[in-house]
Amino acid sequence: MSESPRLHLESGRVVLSGHWTLAAMLPDLSLLQEQLAAQRGLVTDWDLSTLSRLDSAAAVLLWRTWGNAWPAALEISALHRQVLERVAELPQEIPKPPRPSLHPIVFVGSLLLKAGRNLRGMITLFGQLLLDIAHLFRYPAEIPWREFTANIYKSGAQALPVTALVGFLIGVTISYLSALQLKSFGADIFIVNILGISIVRELGPVLVAVLVAGRSGSAMTAQIGVMRVTEEIDALSTMGISRTIRVVLPKILGLTVAMPLLVLWASAVALLGGMLAAMLQLDLSLSYFVESLPRTLPVANLFIGLGKGLVFGFVISLVACYFGLQVKPNTESLSANTTSAVVTAITTVILADAVFAIFTRHIGVPDL
Amino acid sequence: MSQPAVVELSGISTAFGGSFIHRNLNLRVEAGQIVGLLGGSGSGKTTLLREMLGLLRPTAGSVSLFGFNLNGSDALAQRAVRRRLGMLFQHGALFSALSVFDNIAFPLRELRCLDEDWIRRLVHLKLAMVELEPSHGRLMPSELSGGMVKRVALARALALEPELLLLDEPTSGLDPDRSQNFVELVGALQQALGLTVIMVTHDLNTLAGLASHVAVLADQQIIAFGPKDEVMTVDHPFVTGFFGADRRKLL
Repeated sequence: MSESPRLHLESGRVVLSGHWTLAAMLPDLSLLQEQLAAQRGLVTDWDLSTLSRLDSAAAVLLWRTWGNAWPAALEISALHRQVLERVAELPQEIPKPPRPSLHPIVFVGSLLLKAGRNLRGMITLFGQLLLDIAHLFRYPAEIPWREFTANIYKSGAQALPVTALVGFLIGVTISYLSALQLKSFGADIFIVNILGISIVRELGPVLVAVLVAGRSGSAMTAQIGVMRVTEEIDALSTMGISRTIRVVLPKILGLTVAMPLLVLWASAVALLGGMLAAMLQLDLSLSYFVESLPRTLPVANLFIGLGKGLVFGFVISLVACYFGLQVKPNTESLSANTTSAVVTAITTVILADAVFAIFTRHIGVPDL
Repeated sequence: MSQPAVVELSGISTAFGGSFIHRNLNLRVEAGQIVGLLGGSGSGKTTLLREMLGLLRPTAGSVSLFGFNLNGSDALAQRAVRRRLGMLFQHGALFSALSVFDNIAFPLRELRCLDEDWIRRLVHLKLAMVELEPSHGRLMPSELSGGMVKRVALARALALEPELLLLDEPTSGLDPDRSQNFVELVGALQQALGLTVIMVTHDLNTLAGLASHVAVLADQQIIAFGPKDEVMTVDHPFVTGFFGADRRKLL
């Protein structure tokens, strides 16, 4: 085919013909490069007049073959000469962008500073929320009921199936594992104590918090982040609508209200799973389980569980909204902030759980 | 032997949820033409452009680029065809996670057979082509002004030196001076590289300065296609409205 790029020697001069374009060169690029390299320095007489097309990629290739200088003799049409001239005008040494150095101490320091900035930002956001609530007390007409209920539905009602499924399975797992141990001691009936305390007080809230952080927390960050990218947040401000009252506050209040309810629901389903497993594994009747649960499990545990749910819901949504507001208008920042939001939320939840465990260590532990 | 048309649309119909955007639409663009695609808001210009790119499949009819049917099933041939076209999106569609340099280098790197030095020279060549400084290569897309985004996007669209360039509202959002520069730039590139250009535009100056042919999209059809002074004389309410009495002087 006459279109493919070719070169041949003709009485001491190199003659190029055909389409010298990137698309045409691609099929046998390495071969062409070899052929050109073979001529480097040997032939200084080039005939490009029969060339039908020359694009800048090919021009760069030729220019490199010539060792960044014009050959001694060159025959070329005016149009193609322009292409080569543009390549020739480029500065020969193009500086590479400097890479930032990463000293370990600098790295750790900058991480700490970033964590400090984030903490400060979250406290500022919390303060802003308190001011907003005070404002809403004075002007109750501005309370965003619609957004508030929508958030309860989205992060609460729609999370019911997944929390139930996970709760049920965890209940079954714990019940089976403990039953094996208890059976060897002949202490079968203590399964009620174990399940009651561990699920209601500890596992229910933490499990739901982890699920909700992954589910609703990431959604909040992504939503606020995209609203920032598309300037919707700015549009709200222009209309004189506070972004914290309309966007952040309903999310935080919604999740804070929905979380205890989710914890209650998930704990109940987990207990049901544990009960069923105990019935199958230890022949413990359901009615016995239900009867002895209130005796072995002081009601304070339920309140501790619900209180944890309240705090966890608040923490998750505050962290998620804070990172959402930090998003800069590019995709990298959106993904980085969503990751930070989920990781920080789960870490903070575990931290808060430890604090709970320390301060409630004397409350609700049954006497044996 | 007659060369196949660069773009050939035949019998295109597009329907969104039962309402027809295009109905049995035909268009044939030959190599070297600069076609301005005109039409009222919502007449389906961008949709048509997306169908030419293969981003959207028409409800009926076929799209052929360089003689290849774009709705065929040969994935390799389709990729080869797409390398031969460049698209300038209305809002640039730069990869926001990559710097300007990496944005332009991206299609070159994807070929996986050019070395870094070659790519670096090519990128700087493209930057120079769209009249940007080498130092602009380090900036991120979020740090650019609207006009610079357009120029970087053009540089990226030109990175593979495509034979067909599609422009969606290339001068919208630019000041008249900049848009004039842009028109001159694309015109010069078209002459140097022998491109075929299809552009959607509302801007009469862009149309007057750049287009050799005009296609008018109205009533779900291409109602007129030809050299621009011929199209102006077509008697259709949209055409007479668009090229109003005083506007005709522009062309």
